[in-house]
Amino acid sequence: MTTTVRERSRGVLLSGNHAVSNAVMLARPDVIPVYPITPQTPILERITELHAEGGITAELLTPESEHSAMAACTAASATGARVFTATSSQGLLLMHELLHFASGARTPIVMCNVNRTPAAPWGFWPDQIDSLAQRDTGWIQLYSESPQESLDSVIQLFAVAEAVKLPAMVSHDAFYVSHAMEPVDVPTQELVDAFLPPYRPEFSLDNAHSASYCAPTDQATWRRSRVDLDAAMAQVPGLIRSTGARWGELTGRHRDLLEGHHLEGAEVVLVTMGSMAGTVRHAVNAMRKEGLAVGMLKVRLFRPLPAAALREALAGVPCAIVLDRNYSPGTGGVLHQELKSVLFGTPVAPRLHGLLAGVGGVNVSSARIREWVAEFRSREARPDPVWVE
Amino acid sequence: MKNIDYEDQGQFCSGHVACPGCSEPVTIRVILNTIGDDAIGVVSPSCSAMISGGYPISSVKVPMFHTTLESAAASASGVKRALNARNKRDTTVFCFVGDGGTYDIGLQALSSAIERNEDILYFCFDNEGYMNTGGQKSSSTPLGAVTGSTPEGKFTQKKNMVEILAAHRTPYVATASPSHLNDLKAKVEKAKTIRGTKVIIVLIPCVPGWGLAEDGAVRTARKAVEAGVFPLFEIEHGERVRITAGRIDEDLRIDGYLKEQSRYRRLDAGRVAALQSEVDQQWRRLRSAATTADETSSIPCKTPTQAA
Repeated sequence: MTTTVRERSRGVLLSGNHAVSNAVMLARPDVIPVYPITPQTPILERITELHAEGGITAELLTPESEHSAMAACTAASATGARVFTATSSQGLLLMHELLHFASGARTPIVMCNVNRTPAAPWGFWPDQIDSLAQRDTGWIQLYSESPQESLDSVIQLFAVAEAVKLPAMVSHDAFYVSHAMEPVDVPTQELVDAFLPPYRPEFSLDNAHSASYCAPTDQATWRRSRVDLDAAMAQVPGLIRSTGARWGELTGRHRDLLEGHHLEGAEVVLVTMGSMAGTVRHAVNAMRKEGLAVGMLKVRLFRPLPAAALREALAGVPCAIVLDRNYSPGTGGVLHQELKSVLFGTPVAPRLHGLLAGVGGVNVSSARIREWVAEFRSREARPDPVWVE
Repeated sequence: MKNIDYEDQGQFCSGHVACPGCSEPVTIRVILNTIGDDAIGVVSPSCSAMISGGYPISSVKVPMFHTTLESAAASASGVKRALNARNKRDTTVFCFVGDGGTYDIGLQALSSAIERNEDILYFCFDNEGYMNTGGQKSSSTPLGAVTGSTPEGKFTQKKNMVEILAAHRTPYVATASPSHLNDLKAKVEKAKTIRGTKVIIVLIPCVPGWGLAEDGAVRTARKAVEAGVFPLFEIEHGERVRITAGRIDEDLRIDGYLKEQSRYRRLDAGRVAALQSEVDQQWRRLRSAATTADETSSIPCKTPTQAA
C-alpha cells in the first residue's frame, strides 16, 4: 500500500526551535543533557514539556553548565544511548574542550546550535562564528536555512552520525530561524521510525565486556585514532547524499550537501550559508527577471567540507561572491577562506570575492545584495575580505 | 595488627604503574573488590587514571571511562542515565577522582550531580595536591605545605570539602584512609545500599609529593587519623554524623605526623601552632556535631528516575 507524502505528515506552524524539539521527539533519544541559553531556550523548554507529557521518554539531565551537559552526552553515548543536546554561542564555546573529546571518543551525539554572537561585547544576534570556530573539533556540521530544514536535519543527522560514529551538529541562525515561525511538515512517527531504526552501537561501555574507553595512549595509537577519524569523515558526504535522497523519497524534501538556485548558465554565483540564503534567493529571482545570469549556491554541509561538490558546482563560473555572516579576525570570512582553499589549483577558478555581510546580525536586504552583485561582478578577485553593509 | 577482612575477587591486577610505596593501589583493591563485578567506572586525569592503566591494558577488571579533569561527576551521570535507559539500573557507577578534580576544577560538576541526586558512588583520592603533574598545590593542600607552586609553604588553609558536601545534604559522605581498610570496606558496603549520590574521600599520603620514606605512606595515614588531622567519619543527609576513628589521645599533638613529611620543612613554630589550632578546632567541631546530631532526622531524597 502506498501513501502520499501528505498522509505521512501534518503541517504545523512552528518556530525553528520548536521544529527541532519535534524532531527530537520523533528521533526517540535515550538521554538528553541540556543547559539553557538564549536563544536556544525554546528548544529546551519544549523538550521538557514533551517529556512531562510523555511524548519524550528520554532520561533528561539538566546540569549546571554546558560543559557538564556535553560531558554527560559523551559518557551516555559511549554507554550505548542515543543522545541529543542543544546550545548556542557562549555555551558552545564552553563545550569546546569536550567537542574534541566527543569526536575522539567516536560518540555520535546530535546537537542543535543556535548561531549567536559571542561576547565581548555582549550580543544576542545571528552570527555564525560560534560554530565555525568549532570547525577543527571533528564534528559534522550542517547549516540550516529554515525551521523545516532544521527538523529534517536533526533526524537525518542521527542516521549519519550513528553510521560513522561521529558527533554532528546542525546550526541555525538566532531569531531569523530560531524564533521565526513558518508552516512545517512534521512527519509521522511511523515514517521516522522507518527512516531511523533504534541505535545499535557496535561498541559500548558494558561490564559484560570490561573494555575501557579513552585511556591514555602512545603517540602511534593517538595518530591512528585521527587516521580512523579521517576515514569516517570521508564517508560523510556520501551518507548525507544517500540519507538525504531516502528522506526525499519519504517526504518529498531531498536534502543534499549543497543547494543550488538558478545555477544554470550563471555568470555570478552568490555563495552563503544559513538564513541569508532566503534573502539571496529573493535577490537572485529579482535579478533573473531583469535578465542577469545570477545564481545561488547554499552550503549545507560545512564539515566535512564537500570539496569535490563545491568544485563541480563552481566549475566554469566566471565570478563567485561569498557572503559571510561571520568574521575570523586576521583572515576574514570563514566560508571565503574555505572556498579559496577548495578552488586553489582548479583549472578555471572563478574570480572570488569575500564580503563580510551581516556580521553581528545586521540586516542584509535583497536590494543591497543586488547592489553588491553590480559592484563586484566585474572586479578583479582579491584575497582580502571586504566589509560591506 | 588486624588482617584486612575482605575476599579478593581479582578485580584489580598487579603490574600497574603506581609509585613504589604508594597506598592508593591497596585502597583501590579494597574498593573494587567490595563494589564487585556489576560496575562501570569513570576516572578523570589523576594518579588513579594512570594506575587504572593506559591503552591497551587495564589493571581494573570492570570497564573504565576516562573523562576530562573537571567532568567526572557529569560523565558518571551520563553513564548512569544511559544504563537507566537500557534498564540496567542495578549497575554501580563509580568515580575515581583526585583532589584537584574534586576540590578545584571538578567541584562545579560534583555540586550539580549532588543537587540532582545522581545515583553514583564518587571516590576522591585526596593526596592534597596535583601530585600526578609533579606536585603543585590544590585547594586541598594544607597550610604550610611546600609544593611545586608553593615554594615557601602554602599561606592558606585546606578547603573543608566534607562540610561543603554536607551542606548539599548529600545522602552519604565519608572519609577513609588506607590505614583503616576494614573501615573503608564497611563504608563502601554501606554506600552501595544507598540510592543517590555518595562521596567517599580517602586520604592518600603521597610518597614523593609529601616527601615520605618509601615505607611511610600507611604509617603517615594512620598518624593523620590518630592525631585528628584526618578523622574518619560519615555523614548522612548532611545531618547524622558518626565518627569511626579519630584522635586517640586528646593530648596527642600533630608533631609526629608532621615529622614524617619533608613538605612541612618550612614550618616555623608559629605555623605549627596555627596548624595545631586548626586541627583542634576541626576535631572539636566534628565531635560536637557527632554528639548533638539528631539521629532520627532524615531528609527524603529521590534519585532522578525515568517515569515508569
